[in-house]
Amino acid sequence: MQRYSGFGLLKNSVQHHENWQRAWRNPTPKKHYDVIVVGGGGHGLATAYYLAKEHGVTNVAVLEKGYLGGGNTGRNTTIVRSNYLWDEAALLYEHAMKLWEGLSQDLNYNVMFSQRGVLNLGHTLQDMRDIQRRVNANRLNGIDSEVLDTQGVQKIVPFMDCTGNTRYPVLGASWQPRAGVARHDAVAWGYARAADALGVDLIQQTEVVDMLMENGTIVGVKTDRYGEIRANRVGCVVAGNSSVLAKMAGFELPLESHPLQALVSEPIKPILDTVVMSNHVHGYVSQSDKGDLVIGAGIDAYTGYGQRGSFPTIEHTLQAIIELFPIFSRVRMNRQWGGIVDTCPDACPIISETPVQNLYFNCGWGTGGFKATTGSGHVFAASLAKGEMHPLAKPFSMFRFHTGALVDEHGAAGVAH
Amino acid sequence: MTQLNRLSTGGRINRSKPLRFTWRGQVYSGYEGDTLASALLANGVDVVARSFKYSRPRGIIAAGAEEPNGIVQIGATEATQVPNVRATQQGLYEGLVAEPTSGWPSLEYDLMGAVGKVAGSAMPPGFYYKTFMFPESMWMTYEKFIRRAAGLGRSPIAPDPDRYEKTHQHCDVLVVGAGPAGLMAALAAARGGARVIIADEQEEMGGSLLASRELLDGGPATDWVASVLAELNEHPEVLLLPKSTVNGYHDHNFLTIHERCTDHLADRAPDTQPRQRLHRVRAEWVILATGAHERPLVYGNNDVPGCMTCSAVSSYVQRYGVVPGNRLVVSTSNDGGYQAALDWHDAGRRVVAVIDARRQVASTMADALKDRGITLIEGSAVLNVAGSTRVQSVEVARIDADAHQVIGPVQTLVCDTVATSGGWSPAVHLSCHTGSRPTWRSDIIGFVPGATHEQRLDAGALVGEFSTEGALNSGLAAARQALQALSMSVPEVVVPTLAPVEIMPALALFHVPHTLPTSRAPKQFVDYQNDVTAAGIELSCREGFESIEHVKRYTALGFGTDQGKLGNINGMAITARARGMSIPEVGTTVFRPNYTPVSFGAIVGRDCGPLFDPKRYTAMHEWHVSKGAAFEDVGQWKRPWYFPKAGETMAQAVNRECVATRTSVGILDASTLGKIDIQGPDAREFLGRVYTNAWAKLAPGRCRYGLMCGEDGMVFDDGVTSCLADQHFLMTTTTGGAAGVLEWLEFYHQTEWPELQVYMTSVTDHWATMTISGPNSRKLLGELTDADLSAEAFPFMSWQPMTVAGVPARVFRISFTGELSFEINVPANYGLHVWEALFERGAPYDLTPYGTETMHVLRAEKGFIIAGQDTDGSVHPHDLGMGWAVSNQKPFSFIGKRGMVRADCVRPDRKQWVGIKTRDPSVVLPEGAQGVFDPNAPIPMPMVGHITSSYWSANLNRSIAQGFVKGGHARMGETVYYPLADGSVVEAEICSPVFLDPEGERQHV
Amino acid sequence: MLSIYCPHCAEHRDEEEFHYKGQAHIARPSDPDKCSDEEWGNYMYFRANPRGIHHEVWVHALGCRKFFNVTRDTRSYQVFESYLIGTSPSITGEQGGQPS
Repeated sequence: MQRYSGFGLLKNSVQHHENWQRAWRNPTPKKHYDVIVVGGGGHGLATAYYLAKEHGVTNVAVLEKGYLGGGNTGRNTTIVRSNYLWDEAALLYEHAMKLWEGLSQDLNYNVMFSQRGVLNLGHTLQDMRDIQRRVNANRLNGIDSEVLDTQGVQKIVPFMDCTGNTRYPVLGASWQPRAGVARHDAVAWGYARAADALGVDLIQQTEVVDMLMENGTIVGVKTDRYGEIRANRVGCVVAGNSSVLAKMAGFELPLESHPLQALVSEPIKPILDTVVMSNHVHGYVSQSDKGDLVIGAGIDAYTGYGQRGSFPTIEHTLQAIIELFPIFSRVRMNRQWGGIVDTCPDACPIISETPVQNLYFNCGWGTGGFKATTGSGHVFAASLAKGEMHPLAKPFSMFRFHTGALVDEHGAAGVAH
Repeated sequence: MTQLNRLSTGGRINRSKPLRFTWRGQVYSGYEGDTLASALLANGVDVVARSFKYSRPRGIIAAGAEEPNGIVQIGATEATQVPNVRATQQGLYEGLVAEPTSGWPSLEYDLMGAVGKVAGSAMPPGFYYKTFMFPESMWMTYEKFIRRAAGLGRSPIAPDPDRYEKTHQHCDVLVVGAGPAGLMAALAAARGGARVIIADEQEEMGGSLLASRELLDGGPATDWVASVLAELNEHPEVLLLPKSTVNGYHDHNFLTIHERCTDHLADRAPDTQPRQRLHRVRAEWVILATGAHERPLVYGNNDVPGCMTCSAVSSYVQRYGVVPGNRLVVSTSNDGGYQAALDWHDAGRRVVAVIDARRQVASTMADALKDRGITLIEGSAVLNVAGSTRVQSVEVARIDADAHQVIGPVQTLVCDTVATSGGWSPAVHLSCHTGSRPTWRSDIIGFVPGATHEQRLDAGALVGEFSTEGALNSGLAAARQALQALSMSVPEVVVPTLAPVEIMPALALFHVPHTLPTSRAPKQFVDYQNDVTAAGIELSCREGFESIEHVKRYTALGFGTDQGKLGNINGMAITARARGMSIPEVGTTVFRPNYTPVSFGAIVGRDCGPLFDPKRYTAMHEWHVSKGAAFEDVGQWKRPWYFPKAGETMAQAVNRECVATRTSVGILDASTLGKIDIQGPDAREFLGRVYTNAWAKLAPGRCRYGLMCGEDGMVFDDGVTSCLADQHFLMTTTTGGAAGVLEWLEFYHQTEWPELQVYMTSVTDHWATMTISGPNSRKLLGELTDADLSAEAFPFMSWQPMTVAGVPARVFRISFTGELSFEINVPANYGLHVWEALFERGAPYDLTPYGTETMHVLRAEKGFIIAGQDTDGSVHPHDLGMGWAVSNQKPFSFIGKRGMVRADCVRPDRKQWVGIKTRDPSVVLPEGAQGVFDPNAPIPMPMVGHITSSYWSANLNRSIAQGFVKGGHARMGETVYYPLADGSVVEAEICSPVFLDPEGERQHV
Repeated sequence: MLSIYCPHCAEHRDEEEFHYKGQAHIARPSDPDKCSDEEWGNYMYFRANPRGIHHEVWVHALGCRKFFNVTRDTRSYQVFESYLIGTSPSITGEQGGQPS
């Protein structure tokens, strides 16, 4: 792998950039792999990378029906945080956070992980009780987290309306300083390049159209472009399309795929240096290094695979943003888009064995997938390598929806009394 | 300043209305009808911006929505600042103030430009992914400097003084675009009797006809435009929306139109007028007539000010009477480019040459050129431009477009303006918004809209009808098709006649070859706003970023505020050549809303500030306000939180309210609790299915507390339901849960048990509810009613109709405080009257109003839960120690029964709800504190449950708390520790959650 | 924004008047107490979630407050029909999610 550095950049600029190597090969798949990872998004590519790097499993193919990182990896609002309520979720996301720290150096690819902090605002007394509960749990789990009052919030976000004159005044927030944002495309590309360098075959424009099974065990997949490709183990990391693949394997998942929309403003001069999230008025916003306000909307209520949602969701989201930042009223929205998020009833992922032997699923990340990319790939790789679920993944079995052992991150939100 | 580029006659500007405007602090003049861009060009302003990455000087290149460079800051005051306005789309008004969005210390002497020159070669696409990585700790520092360069314009930092509106529209036919195709379509649809909306983004309707010199029926094209607009204005069912951009095409023919009502009039919207209006349109049929954008050619230094598109040159001459230079060179691959030369020449300025990449050119336009004696150089193109802040000369040579090679000697032509045309790209954007993919047509060298399941028709240049005649005919055809589909009559419409035009097919030329390979040639810009070059795209493909989506994301092609309207097709063509594929094989990227940017304010409309979300008030709200209550937001309701007396802290007020209620009588406004009236022969059976406890035997006149669970067995709401008559019940819910509970009940009734005869209605707002609570509550109520309130006549957990303060009331003997309580319900309009009557008689008892905080304390003293505070969706009744409210004897398997006995729900070590008594009674635990059994355990510490409720109890003179502890019900008397954020650890004892009157003696009196 | 036909009101209305209530035709088991944990979990949580034809429940929440079913394509968002609770769809998607 051609090593990237400032010096290399200068050297190549003298050579008119004619000697840069390909970031990854474009191989024809082999007939058989130790592991096939279905899905070339961030999670799938991270899985392949850690399989090769940490477990020496390099006879790996990643099958991607479109282009690498073209799904939710390239469509999200890039927030990375680990301040989750329940131990199981918090430990998994914090595992991911630790991998984010140092990821650029590990991959030799600058993913621009910017630890500019995340505020989760509270607007009601119950919000504040929930924030206290979550922050206390975070602290005892070793996750940096603190409760801020209104003045503390105002200090970090000077242009937000914290006057108390708003419909739902900002009463305070939780603040995770180590949280932040990363450059989404770079995460996929960095993992892809590093995995390729370790021998992983990245097969783009190749869709899995069927699962090959023998006696309840998966033995490979059938693709539209290369026919059958066999493997000892198959891991599916296809987010919104998980139910479609599960159906090929003959089972259902506790998932619904919904459109999740996001939008950006035109680029403006820096005015917001952190990430502001509000569940109560329902919007979140940060500002990219290019100057765009990056704004997340809520999920659309109906299921959909269309990578677009309904306009009222955009309206409600911007209403929330203007409630928080009335000064942005004359700023203009440039573009909106949608991803397909696979949501679980308890707002936590599935990293799991399945009713089919040697077939594993990593899905159900809902709106929280990007921040988990590193940790998800890491624990899924370990599980695929050993054929046994990683301890951090165990609580996220799909069978928890039979036993009732849910990890209910919705519960953190509570209801008004 | 004189307008040195303004012609003395011509154009559609109003010369009788001169306007002054300010650019970079200097005052200039223009005319009504100018755009900011045309006025700047009239005044000879060349440089309007610096580019984002290399900080190169940039000038205006286009005349419409596709302009990538002329991005300016508008606003005379802080509050009226608007970032990133496209100068080509901003109507000029008196007093307009504009500033560039880039350049420091000035546009001409920009320091970053020097950096860009030196370091630019080290900034290929994706360079930031390859560096700034070492050492790890430094990225946040690097980022600070990178961020300084971010952004174009700036956000105002004062609130917006203007108002925005929304309008809902329905129509038979929505016509998007008012050029020849759109106008023709609208005219025919209107004559056919359809309800028509026609929207156009420009300052005036007419599209390409406004700059056309063709004759329609022997008269100027603009006369035909005027006559059509006049007729459309006469139709009562036709709505004309100029200055209105259709920005989004959503599912089921829902489109949003952004109307700029006053942006062309003044800095601030005049009083009473909205600044902008968003039309939310549901159209039966949509006719897209969105036209096409001219592609510039990609050649060396094609971003130097003075480089423009041919159609822009024509527009400025014809529409605005502005010739933006003195010596013009045209470089084109099609007939369209010739018009610029003719217009320029006829305006009296010098056309140095027209360079056509085609050979043996024969067309009407070429003849017109010959007639004027303008030099035509065939088989050639402009390779490169010399100049920095203005074009000084161009290099021209013969080229082989197919082989992408220069095949002749390079000659230099001196000029100050270069107009190029690489053909026309249909504006397919809106057609893609609902998932339709455009298809390539090699005959027109462009993408046209693909198939759709929407009721959509396309017309004009959008479908490759680039001639005026073709556009008119296709507009008419689309209208006919829509009318037929709408079962409306198709009227007689005659298309105006035009002089025949001989056209020579265009040459597919996008990227002009240079004598050097692209990687070493001068910068050839594809996407101006993001400084994406042809070399950058080739590099992207070389590095493996070769899918068009990867090219786009790696180079930022199309990510600007113009969304690549000029550059996308050129970028695809360069990608295709680099990969040895055809353009359709490369495919196109997906266009998303918005077509052009829209103010947040316009999307928000009136749903901001005080109207962000409705406030719900009880009938007694004004009384609470007058008594100085502090309020708490509960759902949409404003509930009194506590009633401080002068000088009291919150704690003092709450302590006083708590003691007064337990010692005499307090009053709570409980109107916000949800109330659902349930009737029908099967109402009783229905209640038995949705509540966990038994309802079969509840007699009329009696009340009962119930828990509601989901199918998972987890508590989600609770409340008291009273039997009003054998088939009539009144259910109460939590304040925030009311709407959800009703919909949930209706769901089960309508989808699972439609055979049950039961009817439900929300009556929350019908009743005002006031609870008087405390040992003196009976005496107080007795002063306002003749009813027998004795324990025998009116026992606990029963209700009675009676007259209170002269008003018919339902009074419930239920208690959330554990005291003798009466919940008085009266029709809402009598609420304040009865409330005040209680206070008139209440003085002897020191009747004390209390709010939600005191309510919380008093119920916590009694160990009553608050759903949503003490529950979180993961708690079943047994976890709460409320198994007494679960009846497993009922014949029907009620909702929640099966769920709460799943394997994980019957574990003995589940978190269970208990009382928590701090060892030091003066310490009040914070709500949300997390408990541990071993305070010395290393991080991550095993947590055993959190505090849900915690207060100072003035009645008990100690702190009280409740919360969850793993296996807590079997751990009474054991110790649990709470490590707090300040480093202290609070030691506490697990106890019963009931702290006061466990036998319930106080309420049974 | 979807336009949905309410079969009770007999009118097309904007999506904003409706609430989506998930996959249709999921019957509550007649004897929950006899269900295994697996059966009960499947009833509560496991869904077809097809990419293609989907039968789903909507309620006219800001209208007549009646529930009904809709057949919709989850890729194109086309709505093919609205039909009453307790009745069967006329369009089904057995062949790979395509309307048949």
